[in-house]
Amino acid sequence: MRTLIFRTVAPYLASLMILFSIFVLLRGHNEPGGGFIGGLIAASAFAIYGIACGVSPVRRALHFHPMAISGTGLLASTAAGMLSIFFKVPFMTGLWLDIPLFGDSIAVSTVMLFDIGVYLVVVGSITSIALALEERPNS
Amino acid sequence: MTTIDLSAAMITQASPLADWLVVAPLVLCMVLGAVLLMVRKDTQIQPVIAIPGLVALVLVDAALLAHVWMNGTVTMTMGRWLPPFGISFTVDILGALLTLTGGIAALAGGIFGAGDVNDSGRRYGFYPFLFLMMVGVSGAFLTGDIFNLYVWFEVLLISSFGLLILGSERGQIDGATKYAFLNLVATTLFLIATGYLYGIFGTLNMADIALKAQTMDDKAPMVTLVSMYLLAFGMKAAAFPANFWLPASYHTPRVVVSALFGGLLTKVGVYALIRVLLMLFPAERDLLGWVIALIAAATMVLGAMGALAQTDVRRMLGYLVISGIGVMLAGIALASPAGVAATVFYAVHSMIVMTALYLASGMAARASGSFSIAEPGGIYQSHVVLAGITLALFFAVSGLPPFSGFWPKALMVKASLDVGAWWLAAAILLTGFLTTIAVGRVWVLAYWRPAPAPPEEASMGGNGAAVTQPPALSPLLDFLPLVMLTVLVVLVGIFPQKLLELSQIASEQLLNPAEYIKSVFPTGGLQ
Amino acid sequence: MTLLVGIFFAVAIYLFLSQHIIRMLLGAAVLGNAVNLLIFTSGRLTLEIPPILTGYETTTGMLTANPLPQALILTAIVISFSFFAFLLVLSYRAYQELGTDDTVEMRFAEPENQDLPPLGY
Repeated sequence: MRTLIFRTVAPYLASLMILFSIFVLLRGHNEPGGGFIGGLIAASAFAIYGIACGVSPVRRALHFHPMAISGTGLLASTAAGMLSIFFKVPFMTGLWLDIPLFGDSIAVSTVMLFDIGVYLVVVGSITSIALALEERPNS
Repeated sequence: MTTIDLSAAMITQASPLADWLVVAPLVLCMVLGAVLLMVRKDTQIQPVIAIPGLVALVLVDAALLAHVWMNGTVTMTMGRWLPPFGISFTVDILGALLTLTGGIAALAGGIFGAGDVNDSGRRYGFYPFLFLMMVGVSGAFLTGDIFNLYVWFEVLLISSFGLLILGSERGQIDGATKYAFLNLVATTLFLIATGYLYGIFGTLNMADIALKAQTMDDKAPMVTLVSMYLLAFGMKAAAFPANFWLPASYHTPRVVVSALFGGLLTKVGVYALIRVLLMLFPAERDLLGWVIALIAAATMVLGAMGALAQTDVRRMLGYLVISGIGVMLAGIALASPAGVAATVFYAVHSMIVMTALYLASGMAARASGSFSIAEPGGIYQSHVVLAGITLALFFAVSGLPPFSGFWPKALMVKASLDVGAWWLAAAILLTGFLTTIAVGRVWVLAYWRPAPAPPEEASMGGNGAAVTQPPALSPLLDFLPLVMLTVLVVLVGIFPQKLLELSQIASEQLLNPAEYIKSVFPTGGLQ
Repeated sequence: MTLLVGIFFAVAIYLFLSQHIIRMLLGAAVLGNAVNLLIFTSGRLTLEIPPILTGYETTTGMLTANPLPQALILTAIVISFSFFAFLLVLSYRAYQELGTDDTVEMRFAEPENQDLPPLGY
């Protein structure tokens, strides 16, 4: 799979996919999309990069270990559910906060935090599995 | 923008802080699991976080049990959506009791793991996986929604895979492959049954199902449904025709992992059987009662016979787990209040004893260098305390007084005789007898019998003596969990009243789920 | 739809009965899809619009699809996907370590011809 074309295109393709995955993640706010599918797109971006350029550049590019990313995501999702303890509502209740910005209001919610957590969990775990599969003993 | 009246769809009153106890075990495990995943590389700090975390888990579980005991069944519904649309967590005595026992077993495993799991195992993620498994186990015990139960099953299953292949030895991978595929089939069956259940009832909330099942006249699809659940959970619990994955895999991982699996995983299957068969579909269970009774008798007798045929202590313990499952199934087959109470009691006993036995076998193997039941010998001479504890645990697992195994077995025998199922009682007694032979043989051969005389050159040479010296067992990390569990076993054996009372309340709540339903639908439910 | 589910199950079970892990893997993938379709069917199939509210209205005013089976399937897909990924890694490791993907030859955890346990004391 290490053809010149693929190797040249892969970094651009991967960065484009990661950008698109974040778009899908934020779009999940009110329309179809969301953390899981966004995470899958990002994870496949890392997988493509890994196929093209080898596993160790991906690990370097990620900086954190994929499982640590999962852990952060899990923490974020749980925290999103936990916030409702301060508002006397049951676990996992969606809480909304409107932040006025440039004349428009941006709705920030625990739902979004939860979704970002899911995104990170999916990115972390799928990337670690994909990298484990791509790792050849000889390379 | 119009204001919408939310009270029709949502819970509007504030939820009291005490209700948070319902999800607290889950949240605690999840947060700790996440934190431990993040500090995975730092193997020194992991036990420092994990063990206090497990202690906290036990305390929270105990608080939850106390809360449920005093105030009755508690429900918390996620995200304010009214049940049956929101996912409910409903805790009755059964759920709280098993969660607490599971927490105790996990604490013992966590402490033992600090000494037993080496750095590479920790870097691989022993503690994060332990916590994620506890998320699954607690979630399964606490949830009040059947699809959610499926999700927790998967959570605990996937983290148990992680634990199972800790170390990646050949035997482990082999065992894990069989374990994974068979559990895949079981959970898929569970999912299929849940799909059908949704097709029939249009709801997944357990309280709602229990309500609707009472008025359901069409028996045929229901019996199919219940049979599928029986098979799926029976596979999970390693009941007789589907038990072969357990002895194929449980002896392969590290001994602390075996301890947790033997203590926790099959009991989750039994719990699911209790919940679905006894609480949701009692009428259909009555039709299948004789099948369950046969399965129970076959499971316990064949489990004990399997235990007799093993040369490896861990494999023998695997068969003893199966035989214990058979005793629990007997209570489900009887479905009388006494029988169900005995099942609950036995589940608690079995969780503690099996965990302790696996830990003890691991320590014995470290002391003598072998898991074989015939080879080592002389553990009594070198480690008196360990041998004594193991003897107590062996008595408990065979059901001899004054240890915790005696009471539930005695209750179960009485309950079977009360309904005239003499052969079931006979099977239980036969199982106890066979188990006594199997474990007695281990104790006599591996513990009591003096060790074979060491080879001449070892006792002669100056440094040879040091080699034959067994590695020291750390009094804190190794003995503390074992002693803790054994003390529990003895205490329950001598003072069974409290646990018996709890089991009886749990059994009443199961057989008459009015309180459970009322907890989920305070106003009497959607009509 | 029912027929399709039946065919999927038949294929999955046939593949599961095979001796080779790789076929069982394919069977697992097919089985997951079979179950998802089954849940989808049991949520009743009608022609309708997606259950999404775009503005501030409280109902769509039309027959909407049942969102619950969709949520269930989404969850089931996530789980079966991660399960499948794990099985894939596990089988690959098994093939590397054990040198076989034939389940009959996988006897490392339970060796054949084990000694009998001691028959006396």
